[in-house]
This record gives sequence, structure tokens and C-alpha cells, in this order.
Amino acid sequence: MALTTSVYNLFFRRSSSFMFTVFAGAFVFEAAFDTVADGAWDYMNRGRQWKDIRHKYINAAPAEESE
Amino acid sequence: MLSRLSTTTALRAASSLRPTLTSTPIRSLTTTPASSPFADRRAAVTWLAKAAAGSLVAGYTLSEYVFTDERLAPVNEAVYNVAQAVSKKAKEMGLEVKLPFLEAHAFSMPDHGLHPPHYPWDHYGWNKTFDHASLRRGFQVYKEVCSACHSMDYIHYRNLVGVTHTEAEAKALAAEYEYKDGPNDVGEYFMRPGKLTDAMPRPYPNEEAARAANGGAYPPDLSCISRARHGDENYIFSLLLGYCDPPAGINIREGLHYNPYFPGGAIAMARSIFDECVEYEDGTENNASQIAKDVSTFLGWASYPEHDERKKMGMKFLVMSGILMGFTVWWKRFRWSYIKSRKIVYKPSKVEQI
Repeated sequence: MALTTSVYNLFFRRSSSFMFTVFAGAFVFEAAFDTVADGAWDYMNRGRQWKDIRHKYINAAPAEESE
Repeated sequence: MLSRLSTTTALRAASSLRPTLTSTPIRSLTTTPASSPFADRRAAVTWLAKAAAGSLVAGYTLSEYVFTDERLAPVNEAVYNVAQAVSKKAKEMGLEVKLPFLEAHAFSMPDHGLHPPHYPWDHYGWNKTFDHASLRRGFQVYKEVCSACHSMDYIHYRNLVGVTHTEAEAKALAAEYEYKDGPNDVGEYFMRPGKLTDAMPRPYPNEEAARAANGGAYPPDLSCISRARHGDENYIFSLLLGYCDPPAGINIREGLHYNPYFPGGAIAMARSIFDECVEYEDGTENNASQIAKDVSTFLGWASYPEHDERKKMGMKFLVMSGILMGFTVWWKRFRWSYIKSRKIVYKPSKVEQI
């Protein structure tokens, strides 16, 4: 209960800190969500995407790849 | 007397009076009046059985003995004649009225092309990207076989970068061809090696030249061919491998070829995909069906270059929607918990008997 209270006091009580929580939460959530979703996507498509076959064609062409 | 009031009346009365919260069960308000025909289940079932039997008998009798074909045909004809007359009159008055159901359209499979089978393309799954190794082979097939006759005006070398080729490879591919550019500082046009921003080179300078070189038939641009044909990759794959001898009774003009998947059956393009007509750099077997599969996949990518990203965004959208749906349901239940858990009880006061 003490934790809940301190979390409330710290993040939600004042409008300014609530807004900060919203924006910071959105930032953190999106980064985490995209990481997990992209990881799952790459796992489902392993061996199929360009990044999986790129190493076969990239040899002896240093510093030219912008992709 | 009050017990025979319907539920709505009772509720309206309740809202006008001050509601009193007691432990009286709410059930007392919702009793159905005894006069309803569906008061008990048995009566309802009997009624339904009678209605079904009656409909069956009535329907059979009407369709078999009353509304027979002999009696309906004159009615149909009269309606048709009236509709035709109205249509004709409207046309005379300058109104082009198109009434429905007056025309019959014959459908013929040879005229529309045989429907291609649905092949199990490995990029057709909801969570599958294109197989980019196959795209790379498909581009090689396009370059070595298709591009002899077909242009691809809307695919540029830069589009290949990060999809099938590295930047250095794409630059080298582009530089194999010369492009007209200009004007330079003295106003002259000149030829220069291709750059990443150039489109695939055209086999013919314009449509007239293409028709003249192909017996009057124009090889279509392949940039969006998968979008432009029913069946997408299935159609292209079937067409490429579908060449066969024409069936008895069908004569194919000189210079045309028979392909059941092509609308009309007579296609100017000759069969171009054969076993070992392309030598793959990655050692994939180069039989005709593999080559056709790779080039169909590549043409699919050319039509739907956003395919991979679109499916990924779709997956993220569905996951986010699921999370938000959960929040929405919880929020609704949270807001409604007060309304759902309260009780309104009507407690009649003494009514003077008249």
C-alpha cells in the first residue's frame, strides 16, 4: 500500500507529473513494443528477409552500404 | 390491480416516486402478465409446430398447384413486355434508362481465360514476407528473359537496393546500360551510364515500335502486372507454364500461341520459360517451374513493394487493438459497476379503493 501511495504521489498526483508520466510511458512503451514485435516478426520470417541474405552479397564492398 | 400493470408502467411509476432501497427482490417487478400467449413454454412450442406445419402445407400447395410455370410464364412475359416498352419509350424521349435483369450474359471460360489454381505461395501467409532470395532470382529471370520484350518503367534501380541487391550491385547493374540525358551546357543530349535513379531499360523506344516488332501485339509493361491481372502471381505462374496444343476445333492464327489461361486463348507471347534457361548464382535448381515461381514472386513484389511493411504494421495494429480492446472492456465495466449493482425497488403505498 505504501508503494501504491508513493507511486501515486510521485507520478499521478500533480497534473504536470501526470503529463510527464503519459509522455514518458508512451516513449518507453513504444520502444519496448516495437522491439518485441519486430523480434517476433523476424523470428517468423527468419531466412526470408533481405537482412538475412545480405551477408552473402556484401563481401568486399566496404562502407558503400547505406541500407 | 397494481400487480397487472406492465413492467414499463411500473418502472415509470417508480421513477416518479422516490425509490426506496430495501431488500425486496427485483423479480417482483418483472413478472410477465398472465394474458400473454407465450406465458408458458408448452403453448409456445405447440404454436410454433402448428405454424411450421401450416406453412409447409400452404407453401407446397401454392407452388405446386397455384403458381405453376404455365400460369407464371404469361405474367413474366407481360412484365417483360411492359419493361421493354417503357425502356423503348424512354429511349425515344432521350432518356437512357437501363433496367435491370433484361439482358442475359453468356459466360464462356475460353473467352475469359481459365481460372488459375490457387498455389500455396509461401508469402501468402498473414505473417510472411516475400522470400527475398526468390526475389533476387526473379529479378535475374526478368533481366535475362522477360526484359527482351517487356518494359518495367516504374521500377528503378534504387528500388532494388535493400530488397534484392546491395547498393554497389545495383549501381553496377544500372551502369551496364546507357541512358539518354541532357541537355548539357551547349544544349546537346548525350548518352551516359545508368544511375540508381534510372528505371529499368526499355526494350523498345515506344509502343509503336514494340507492336511493329511483335506482330501487332504490345508486350505490357510489367511494373504492376500482378495488380493488373486477376489471380496475381497465380495467373502469371499459370500463364508462363500453361502453353499447350490447342484443342480440336480451335485454330490459332500464324504468330499466335495457344494458352488456356490467357483470355481468348490466343496469345502472341511464345513460351519463354524453359528448363535451365537461366543459371542461378545461388545454386537453386533451375527447372521451368522454379524459374516461373521466382519471376512471379518478383513481379508480385514489383506490384506490391509495400507488402512486407504492410503485413508487419497489420500485425502490430492487431496486437495493439487487442490490448486497447481489453482496456476498453475493463473501463466500461468499471464505469458501469455502479449502475449494474444498484437496485431500484418500487414499494406501492396504500391506494384508496374506489
